[in-house]
Amino acid sequence: MRAKRKQKLFVILGLVSLAAIAVGLTLYALRSNINLFFSPVQIAAGDAPLERQIRAGGMVKAGSVDRDKQSLEVVFTVTDYVDELEVRYSGILPDLFREGQGVVVVGELQQDGWLRADQVLARHDENYMPPEVAQALEEAGYAPEDYQAKAAEVGQKMDAQAEDSGDGRTN
Amino acid sequence: MQTLMIPEIGHYALIIALLMALVQGVMPLAGAATRRPLWMAYARPMATGQFLFLAIAYACLTASYLLDDFSVANVANNSNSMLPWYYKASAVWGNHEGSVLLWSLILAAWSFAVSRFSRELPRDMLARVMGVMGLVSVGFLAFVLFTSNPFERLLPNVPQDGADLNPLLQDFGLIVHPPMLYMGYVGFSVVFAFAIAALLGGRLDAAWTRWARPWTNIAWAFLTVGIALGSWWAYYELGWGGWWFWDPVENASLLPWLAGTALIHSLAVTEKRGAFKSWTVLLAITTFSLSLMGTFLVRSGVLTSVHAFANDPSRGLFILVLLGITVGLSLLLFALRAPRVRHQVGFSWLSRDALLLINNILLVIMTVTVLLGTVYPLLLDALNLGKISVGPPYFNALFVPLTVVLCLFMGLGPLSRWKHTPARNLFQRSWLAGLAALVIGIIAPLLYRGEWNLKVSLGVVIALWIVLPMARDLWAKSRHSAGRVAGLKRLSLAYWGMILGHLGIAVTIIGVTVVSNYAIERNVRMGVGDSVAVAGYTFTMTELANRRGPNYLADTAEIEVRRGDSQRSFTMTPEKRLYLARGMPMTQVALRPGLFRDLYVAMGEDLEDGSWAMRIQHKPFVRWLWLGALLMAAGGVLAVADRRYRRVVTARDPERAAVARPREATT
Repeated sequence: MRAKRKQKLFVILGLVSLAAIAVGLTLYALRSNINLFFSPVQIAAGDAPLERQIRAGGMVKAGSVDRDKQSLEVVFTVTDYVDELEVRYSGILPDLFREGQGVVVVGELQQDGWLRADQVLARHDENYMPPEVAQALEEAGYAPEDYQAKAAEVGQKMDAQAEDSGDGRTN
Repeated sequence: MQTLMIPEIGHYALIIALLMALVQGVMPLAGAATRRPLWMAYARPMATGQFLFLAIAYACLTASYLLDDFSVANVANNSNSMLPWYYKASAVWGNHEGSVLLWSLILAAWSFAVSRFSRELPRDMLARVMGVMGLVSVGFLAFVLFTSNPFERLLPNVPQDGADLNPLLQDFGLIVHPPMLYMGYVGFSVVFAFAIAALLGGRLDAAWTRWARPWTNIAWAFLTVGIALGSWWAYYELGWGGWWFWDPVENASLLPWLAGTALIHSLAVTEKRGAFKSWTVLLAITTFSLSLMGTFLVRSGVLTSVHAFANDPSRGLFILVLLGITVGLSLLLFALRAPRVRHQVGFSWLSRDALLLINNILLVIMTVTVLLGTVYPLLLDALNLGKISVGPPYFNALFVPLTVVLCLFMGLGPLSRWKHTPARNLFQRSWLAGLAALVIGIIAPLLYRGEWNLKVSLGVVIALWIVLPMARDLWAKSRHSAGRVAGLKRLSLAYWGMILGHLGIAVTIIGVTVVSNYAIERNVRMGVGDSVAVAGYTFTMTELANRRGPNYLADTAEIEVRRGDSQRSFTMTPEKRLYLARGMPMTQVALRPGLFRDLYVAMGEDLEDGSWAMRIQHKPFVRWLWLGALLMAAGGVLAVADRRYRRVVTARDPERAAVARPREATT
């Protein structure tokens, strides 16, 4: 009976210590690997940390994509129609990346206010404003009327252009 | 083409299937509770009928797709007359409604299979198992009928042509990945039903685990293959050569796999030793709940990905309620019934029992960490505490060390005996293998790349630490008076299953380690005539051209590849396609697969001066990842073919069954 009780004690102690280690490691790993989302308006207000990995998003501003002639460096502007953010990226942009489309970039904000992106994620969305960005704008005190109409107008213009150019490619 | 009746017949068959599921869910359970054989006897015919009618409904939907009946909303939204027929047939599950229908069909198929192959089960046990599966089916069929009816018509304004299947899904991967994955997900409902039936009947002995084990293994094997296929598909389809992204949707399939892996081990302990009884029941409930949660995450639209087709909150709510009811009722039942059956079976700290306990604890910790990383951002978002994302570094930081620890114990598992293994024995059997693993692991990176690498060494050491002690054990066990071959033949299939499964893990670990540390990726600008050297291969672009496919336009590049100074060369032709129906661009990767390396060329962007941004990659050992998964699945299936499960089936002759029944009744 005593041996059995001892065994039980060891099981419990083992479980508790393993669980404690696991929870500790998990919290540590979570803390250093969470990427918060910011929209250009929040970044302009200075809410976003510098030189720490964040996610930012908005629409790619029409006519802002500029590719370097020699390398794969590319610069473009992400806008929420209130503020703008300059993004620099080196590499291949995703298939769905287009001017006037929603985009999320992962990277570090630099001292001079531009963002060095490690990753660019594009997605096709029927709405002209990504929901995260719309929410961020509302939290920053902008009424939906301030930007929704403008966003829709720009979006429709982009669509019309895409149809005119025939094959739908606008890069 | 518009068909008059096919979708209506399908819809009607679906309703009949729901009613049959309802009867299957209620009558046998009530019969088992009140001991009425007639009521219990409803289980089998209802399972057969439900399967039949769901098959009819499913065939009707497929027919609508094949006949281009765009008056059906589901077809109009997800198909197109230009689509090749095999994509039309698989487009059925390339969308929300159709995939939930497939889910239900597979559930009915499992339920039908259980009713066919479990004739030796005691009547009340079978009735309860079938009843529980019937209830799960009711939930899902109601979900299909009330929130996601695939047979809805678009009348009278029938579109001329369909909106087309998402180009990302127009691939062989769509044909095989979802059915395999669903077979796994849904297959865990069988062990869940067995566990609940055992709780209901108050018979938590080792018997139910013996019956449930083969089903669990098969489901687990399907899930393993399904996950591997998904990873392989993402690797070549998304165009940047990643094979695991820690994307929430991937995690949703990994979670039941981890819990299921723990479950198949814990079932072994319960069957062989009668220990961990309550724990095994809890794991069975957890595994199926995680399958349901995966379905919820993927189907509710809380996640944005290729997998999340729908964004209808009522659907999310429905599955959430379904999940809540299933988990809540199961856990309540567990809380009421489990303590009654607890009794202690002692074992020493150096025994197979203890090692499997450690295996279970570690796998559960892994499950919890992945769950936390997956659900935490959703939870914060739901509570309006901000939008965050948890990146791959989190998962890698936790998952990799836990896997290493798991593998350390895994090496000892096959060497140990049940109940007690003297430390001296264990040491004798493993020290040489351990030493060899250490030495080979440390020099392996030097031999392969001429440079030492800690991570690669660690990966090789743990992989060998799994394989070498097993090889030694195999050598020792195959000793036989009639020679080695006779000795190997004498070993049970269950043992071979274990060997293959563990070998699979080792192979996957080698693949992960090598490809993560030695893969080379170069993003370059290339025009016609430009050359790039990557990992000893020279890639030269020889031609850029345009091509028209059945439903897309494509820019294609011809890349001539030469290894070193060799005279022979081969051509790779990556493409950038534009799918016409949706105006959506897609990258078609050119792959040169090999057992020891893949060459991977993808077209990035047109840089408009006659050159393209190209992504060229050298991926050593990447095939081992999926090869390992196939080995694991083969192991799971092999273990089911073991004689002791077949014996049960052959014991159908009445005399032996008559002897067997009373004995079972007394235990």
